[in-house]
Amino acid sequence: MRNVWSLYSDKVMEHFKNPRNVGEIENPDGVGHVGNPVCGDIMELYIKVNNGTIADAKFKTFGCGAAIATSSMVTEMVKGKSIGEALEISNRAVAEALDGLPSIKMHCSVLAEEALKSAIDDYLTKNRRGKNNVSL
Amino acid sequence: MKRIYLDYAATTPTHPEVVKAMLPYFTGSFGNPSSLYSCGQEAKGAIQEVRVRVAELIGARDEEIVFTSGGTEADNFALKGVAYANEKKGDHIITSSIEHHAVIETCKFLERRRFSVTYLPVDEYGLVDPDDVRRAITNKTILISVMHANNEMGTIEPIAEIGRIAKGAGIYFHTDAVQTAGHIPVDVNELEVDLLSISAHKLYGPKGVGALYIRKGTKLIPFMHGGEQERRRRASTENVPGIVGFGRAVELAQQEMSEEAERLTYLRDQLIKGLLERIDHIRLNGHPQKRLPNNVNVSVDYVEGESMVLNLDLEGICASTGSACSSSSLEASHVLLAIGLSHEQAHGSLRFTLGKWTSEEDIGRVLEVLPQIVAKLRAMSPLLKSHR
Repeated sequence: MRNVWSLYSDKVMEHFKNPRNVGEIENPDGVGHVGNPVCGDIMELYIKVNNGTIADAKFKTFGCGAAIATSSMVTEMVKGKSIGEALEISNRAVAEALDGLPSIKMHCSVLAEEALKSAIDDYLTKNRRGKNNVSL
Repeated sequence: MKRIYLDYAATTPTHPEVVKAMLPYFTGSFGNPSSLYSCGQEAKGAIQEVRVRVAELIGARDEEIVFTSGGTEADNFALKGVAYANEKKGDHIITSSIEHHAVIETCKFLERRRFSVTYLPVDEYGLVDPDDVRRAITNKTILISVMHANNEMGTIEPIAEIGRIAKGAGIYFHTDAVQTAGHIPVDVNELEVDLLSISAHKLYGPKGVGALYIRKGTKLIPFMHGGEQERRRRASTENVPGIVGFGRAVELAQQEMSEEAERLTYLRDQLIKGLLERIDHIRLNGHPQKRLPNNVNVSVDYVEGESMVLNLDLEGICASTGSACSSSSLEASHVLLAIGLSHEQAHGSLRFTLGKWTSEEDIGRVLEVLPQIVAKLRAMSPLLKSHR
């Protein structure tokens, strides 16, 4: 449900107030670092992968309410998914899971998608160098 | 939860006395001031009384006051009005890099139409150097516009000094006094300005009304063409209830200004001191002394402004930020970047502007709540780690 008198949906505010999966993972299998200080949003996303499945995800974000909520939501969505499934998570899916974002804040969901893709890229690169054997 | 409003620079609540003064002009004395019968003439008389009062507030003559729809219109009117009326004389305008968008965007508009504009830099406190103004003047300069006090960080500019330079060079000088009129003394002769913008809703008046002071003899083209209102300089049936409310607000400001400025300065300094004591890696933006009595602007390292504002809102506290995560440009405040802040610091800015209904308890509440909010946001900040 969207409160018409507030900038954000109740769900965004709920994730903003109580963000899930805040922090870093020690010895992560993949790290994504996206955004820049000029636009005011910086996201770091950490993943732990077990047998091709994302077992854990955590984030650290400098940014607005939408940036924090999308970070929180994308880490929730990705847990338990295979790498292939995780790569299919789009920014729209993240925004929809939060009951929508104001149009001027859609770039935050793009950043969340990019952070996730960048973490998976990092994981795949490391593994290619290592085991040469990654199942998608 | 009690709401603590600390965004008086954005807008002020309309004073109940102001609302009371306006009401008769909606239904009783509703006539058109241009009409000859008595209920039109009542409205006309009421407008004239306010004109005299606004003139008195700034040391002007009543015929030098033109009512507008607010500060933005007054700024547009001053800049475009002078530029187009004096284009044969020259095409150069001087302004500062920290003006309100109403001035900056108007300058950019004029730049696209064969005028050239110099945007003067400011120092780390946001002060314009009058010598920079002197050096920027060319034989093509027709107008200088520098704001009286900055709306974001509260720095009060050396307007009288710039005014003397402008007068000596025979160049029109405009100042945006939207943040100062009714709050600190403003006198058009002491400041040596030819044009000055005021907005009613920043001084407990209604929204949608303001004024432009135009010194007698200033050449400028009308803002709107149509009827003969405002000596043909600004056609349109007058916003009578709004103007009446503006007048009552000015009257109250005149009575309370010096006492209120002193009270707010005390609360402002309490808040600044408390924030600097309780939060590390924080800096005050703007000049520590040459600043508006009600303005507190800080940058909190490693955290972003909107997330602080939202958290404060959850505690019932209304404040604002120079982070523009919600603007389409995503650029941080041009004002904070102009004083040399990094993008992170500009995005981590927070502005509290105090007013008539701000109490010492309100300040205490902010000092209690904000350190916790900052700690929570810093715990999730990727910036903190790299600075450790």
